[in-house]
Amino acid sequence: MINRIVVGAGYGLKDWIVQRATALIMAVYTLILLVALGAMGPGGYEAWRAIFANGFMQFMTFLFFVSLFWHVWIGVRDIWMDYAKPDGLRLVLMIATAAALVGYAGWAAKILWRL
Amino acid sequence: MATRTMQFKIYRYDPDKDNAPYMQDVSVEVDDVTDRKLLDVLTKLKAQDDTLSYRRSCREGICGSDAMNINGKNGLACLTEIKDLKQPVVLRPLPGLPIIRDLIVDMTQFFKQYHSIKPYLINDTPPPERERLQSPEDREELNGLYECILCACCSTSCPSFWWNPDKFVGPAGLLNAYRFIADTRDQATNARLDDLEDPYRLFRCHSIMNCVDVCPKGLNPTKAIGKIKEMMVRRAV
Repeated sequence: MINRIVVGAGYGLKDWIVQRATALIMAVYTLILLVALGAMGPGGYEAWRAIFANGFMQFMTFLFFVSLFWHVWIGVRDIWMDYAKPDGLRLVLMIATAAALVGYAGWAAKILWRL
Repeated sequence: MATRTMQFKIYRYDPDKDNAPYMQDVSVEVDDVTDRKLLDVLTKLKAQDDTLSYRRSCREGICGSDAMNINGKNGLACLTEIKDLKQPVVLRPLPGLPIIRDLIVDMTQFFKQYHSIKPYLINDTPPPERERLQSPEDREELNGLYECILCACCSTSCPSFWWNPDKFVGPAGLLNAYRFIADTRDQATNARLDDLEDPYRLFRCHSIMNCVDVCPKGLNPTKAIGKIKEMMVRRAV
């Protein structure tokens, strides 16, 4: 193959918007969580469990984790794009990152649904 | 006549003679009345040792030739006040570009990126008899863009450009890209946005604003890049 520099993949805007939207969701969730924790009376594990057993909290927590993993995907992919120069290595690292994040998302959901 | 001695540390490298680059300590007599800018002192240093090499031309911040790294920050020697410089004054070539000799860098990659954004007006309609007109408001949008002198201070202070100079257009190129995207006389807006909508060409910019910090003309590439992104969002949603 001729070794020419090729650019023009034609994506990027969606990721840029998603990065900002997910950051916003995570910031809002952090506030909600702080309020919930502040309102939590003394009661140890049961009170802690009650917070996350609430339907709204489960919805928000799931949304938070999806946002977190999607945000991490864009950020870590940016790091590989900057520093991992061989194209093959970059592809392997991206696949490994995506695989780990999908696994983490499933794991997070499993923990949440168990409550 | 008030003269004083100033200490300099200058990056020296002559690939024909030196095995490796080194920093040279030199001192020079500076006249506070006649030597106002760093370029004045560089001229004196060159008179002391004519093997010292740097680019220069207009000596008044228009040509952009004498861009260099001055005490760790990119700038033009001809616009840098001598009295503001901490000693020893450390002079290095612009970071991230191949060194040709001493303070002279190879700007091929920089200009390649500049040319890639098609830095000229694209308009296929027959030209009018006199000129293509703009309203004063439309012309206003080009202020802060057309003044770029392509000195490369911004692009060579940008880590994204250091890591991907072959793929990322860089702040100077993107500022100029917006200069033509914003021009109401240009008809290729959509094609220009298509060309930039790319993870490398535009989206390597993470708005850290090193470019704004160093621009000797006081321009704001980050703002221009933000406007390109804003136009892409407006086009997509």
